[in-house]
Order: sequence, then structure tokens, then C-alpha cells
Amino acid sequence: MKASKLTMRKKKEMLWGYFFIAPFLLGFIVFMLGPMLFSLIGSFTDYNLTSKMNFVGLANFKRMFFQDQLFWKSLYNTAYFVLFNVPLTTAFSIFLAVILNQKLRGISFFRTIFFLPAVLSGVAVYILWMQLLSPSAGLINTVLSWFQIKGPAWLFDPAWTKPALILMKIWGSGGAMLLYLATLQNISPALYESAEIDGAGTWQRFKNITLPLITPIIFYDVITSTIGSFQIFQEAYVMTKNGTGGPSNSLLFYNLHMWNKAFVAFDMGYAMAMSMILFFIVMILTFINLKLAPRWVYYAGGEQK
Amino acid sequence: MIQPMDKMSKVRAVPATKKLHSQKKTTRVKKIISYVLLTLVGLVLITPLLWMIFTSVKPMAEIVRFPPTFFPETINFDNYLKAIQSFPFWQYAKNTLFITVLVVLGNVLSNSFIAYGFAKLSFPGKKFLFALVLSTMMIPGFVTMIPQYVLFSKIGWVGTYLPLIVPAFFGNAFNIFLMRQFYLSINDELIEAAEMDGANHLYIWSHLMIPLTKPALITIAINSFNSAWNDFLGPLLYIQDQSKYTLQIGLQVFQNQSTTQWNYLMAGATLVLLPTVLLFFFAQRYFIEGMDLTGGSKG
Repeated sequence: MKASKLTMRKKKEMLWGYFFIAPFLLGFIVFMLGPMLFSLIGSFTDYNLTSKMNFVGLANFKRMFFQDQLFWKSLYNTAYFVLFNVPLTTAFSIFLAVILNQKLRGISFFRTIFFLPAVLSGVAVYILWMQLLSPSAGLINTVLSWFQIKGPAWLFDPAWTKPALILMKIWGSGGAMLLYLATLQNISPALYESAEIDGAGTWQRFKNITLPLITPIIFYDVITSTIGSFQIFQEAYVMTKNGTGGPSNSLLFYNLHMWNKAFVAFDMGYAMAMSMILFFIVMILTFINLKLAPRWVYYAGGEQK
Repeated sequence: MIQPMDKMSKVRAVPATKKLHSQKKTTRVKKIISYVLLTLVGLVLITPLLWMIFTSVKPMAEIVRFPPTFFPETINFDNYLKAIQSFPFWQYAKNTLFITVLVVLGNVLSNSFIAYGFAKLSFPGKKFLFALVLSTMMIPGFVTMIPQYVLFSKIGWVGTYLPLIVPAFFGNAFNIFLMRQFYLSINDELIEAAEMDGANHLYIWSHLMIPLTKPALITIAINSFNSAWNDFLGPLLYIQDQSKYTLQIGLQVFQNQSTTQWNYLMAGATLVLLPTVLLFFFAQRYFIEGMDLTGGSKG
């Protein structure tokens, strides 16, 4: 009697469970799984949104690797951006967190200021930076001129376009700062005190205590921002006049090239093939990060995930 | 007997206070260094925003002068009027608000609903399905974007707000995760007691859980307000009719038309950023909670 009542209850709960997660499952199938399968199939066709959808084998991939110069250019630009953007924003957010991790009056005011740029996003921010980076009327070159330095032409000079974007990204790296700050505030002050008694300087304390203890967060941050940086698009689209790629295509990033193929040229089969390569690259990056993690990530007593 | 003891303690006390004194001195120097560093970094980070506001009230003559002025010599609020008149600002603001409100509603309801299932109910396959939720965080948006566009164009949704709004009602990985964490801190006995009283799970969710999870719901609401208000990619892809543009698209078109009219452009940018900045100052706590896991993931 009791047992059957219990299973009845369990059955009921099971049905309720599926009822509650149903929206996710439905959304997953319609907006994720279905589209990804379509992309996979579409990448072997010459699909262009109209009736045409002929199977063309590996033609799209062949064209990508052997004929499309812009594909390699966009991959190079993206790799350049990721390679510099990820370490620099990570280092800067750690720096911000470290100088905020003190018991001082008014520290929350500084936290607010440091965090504010990270909250702002969208076209307004890009336009602001286009002004700041303006060669003659911009703030950055004006400040440089105070020190008798002639600033570069930033967004107009192919050699400086990517550094310009990275500068903007560093400005907005206060989000990760909060992650680091939360971790730093959990480190026992006794650790620092005993190190200080042993004569360890500021840098040594940072290197030997702080850095090892925040490696799990660095690891998480590096993974997410690598994947995020690889998908840079909006900044380049707005800052290069409707995604034209900037001077000598120096801001033609991978996703921007894909966008132009898909929604400007309507060469959708090719763009879907590019999206499959993107998926592959992101998976590989995640996998490499996961594989390398145990080598340098310090898990305190294995209590971290 | 007492006297030597007293002496002893005094002898000890002297170097102790001396040490304390010098310690105080070094901590004071340290404090000053810290404040100087914090102020310098703070100035560097806030200056772009101050510059935006200053530029927004300057006449063009001050901007093109070399070197340009930092603080505006003449304050010209007309720039704001000019910016608003340069494109249908209020129309676009209304459109953006309409989309944003529905996206916020969709996000709050769906993620709270879905996470209740994952946190409080048990069913076969739950572990696998939750892993599936988390794995969707790894899938780049551009991988699903083209086929999603094809799907929406086949059902006639391109050119409407539906592709921007409807997906919000099906939850997203990060918000499901955030809500689930919050639910896990709520005692199960509460739900069991409600069940004893004959309440079903839909009632428990809508009448008990929603009031109890308010802080998490506000966090989701604020973060989805922020991302919908500043969404550029969605409207760029799906909105074609000019009268349906959002502020982000309007601002970008405005920028293309008046490339170096910096005072108007900065006025427009300030106006578009204003809701986010206000929200941030009044509800910083929720921004921080929403940021805790996303970190640098915003590309």
C-alpha cells in the first residue's frame, strides 16, 4: 500500500519535472540542435536561402582553405586578437582586483568606478572609443601630445587597429576583476602576515601566495575569454563602417567574414561551412585548456570543483 | 612582589609600543601609496566617460582645435536636441523599450520555471539534461545564427520583433544555472509541507517560489534588461524597416551619417548609455551577482 503510494508520488514528480524543464528542451531542439544539424548538412551544399540546395561535397571547405585569401586573413586577425587580448585583459583584471583587495575607507567607491566600464556595452561604447581614438580630435592622442608623443592613427592605420580594439577591451575588463576579487577576499590574511615576517616582499607575496591560489579562476577566465574573444564581431562591424573590415582588412575577424558571406553575399552554404570550422576551433581550444589545466591550476586540498 | 612584576611589564611594554608606532607609520605610508594608485587607476578608467560627457556639450570649434580642450569652455546643451532630432530618437527608444520589456519578462519567467524543475524535482535523465544545459554555454552563437535566420525567414518572422523576443521564453544556460543555485538554498521541507496541503508544483512555483527567489529574479531582470537594451546583433539581422529600428541601430546609422560630428554623436551615446548607468548606480549589487560567473565571457 505504502510502497505503491510512494511510486505513484515519484511518478507524479517525474511528470512535473519534465513539465518544468520542457521549455528548455523545446528551445534546445528548435534553436540549437536543429540549427546545428542544418548547418552541418548545409556546409556541404551551395545553399543561398532561395530554393537552391545542391550537394557539393567538400567544395566549400576546399574553397575556404585553398582559394579564399580573406579566410586566412580573418583567421590571422582573430588569432592575433585572441593572443594579445586574453593575457592582457586577464592581467589587468587581476591587477585591479589586487589593488582593490585592501581594507581601506572608501574602497567600495573605487570598486564601483573600476567596474562601471565593464557594465557598459553596445554601439554607444564603440562610438565613444572611435572618438577617443580619433587621430586628431581624440583624447588618447591629445594626452600623448602632452608628453610630446605623436600618437598613431589608430583605427586608420592597419598596424594599430587591433591594438586599438584591445585597448578598449582592457578598459572594460572589470567583470573578471570581480571574480578575482571575490577569490582574493577568501584568502586568509594570516598567510600574508607570516610571509611578511619571513621577509617576503610585495611581489614575492603575490607570486607565491596570491597567484597559486587564484589559478582556478584564471583558468576559468582564460577559457571563457578565449572563446569570447574568438567571436569578436560587433566592435569590428561598427568601427569599420558596416563590417567592411577596416584599412587593408586589418579588422576583418572570423565572424565578420562569416557574416559578410552569409548576409551580404548570401553564400550561406559557404558561411555554414565556416561556422562548422568555428565550432571545431572552439571545441579544440576548450579541450586544450582542459587538458593543460592540471599542470598549472592549483586546487587547494581538492575542494575546488 | 607586585612591584617587580609591574616593572617587568613596563620594560616589555616600551619596545612593544615603539614597534607599534613604526608599524603604524609604515601602514600609513602604505595606505597613502594605495590611495594614490587607486586614484590614478580610477582616473584612467573614468576619464573616457567624463570626456564623453564633456564632448557632448562642446561646440564643434572646441573639438577640432588642436589640442582640443579637456573641460568645455562653453556649455552647449543644444547638442542633445540636435542629436535627438537627427534621427527618430523617441520612436527608436519606444521600440527598444518594447522589445526589452518582453525579453526581461521572458527571461525571468522561463529561467525561474525551468530551474525549479532542475533544483527541486527528481526525474530520470536529470543529470544528463543539466549537463546539456551547461554545455550549451560552450556553443558559439555564430554557429546557430545562420540556420536560425533561415528558420525565422521560412516562417515569415524576419522583419518582425519575434526572433528577438520569443527565444527569451525558452531559458538560457547561465540564468538557469544562477536560478538553480538560488533554489538549492531553499529548504525542501517547505515544498513538502505545501504538497501535504494539497498544492501542486505549478502553484508552489508561482505562489511560494517566486516571492522567495526575488533577489535572483531581480538579478536576471537587470542583466537581461541590460543585454536587450544594448543588443545590436539581433536587430541588425532581423529588423529591416526603418520605423522599427532600435536605439542601437539608430545610433549606428547616425554614426555612419555624421562621422566626425563628435558633439552630437557623444550626446547620442550619452543618452543611450544613461539607462544602464542609472540602473548600475541604483542596483550595483545585482550587477555584481549576475557577473559572478560570466566574467570575461562577453566577447
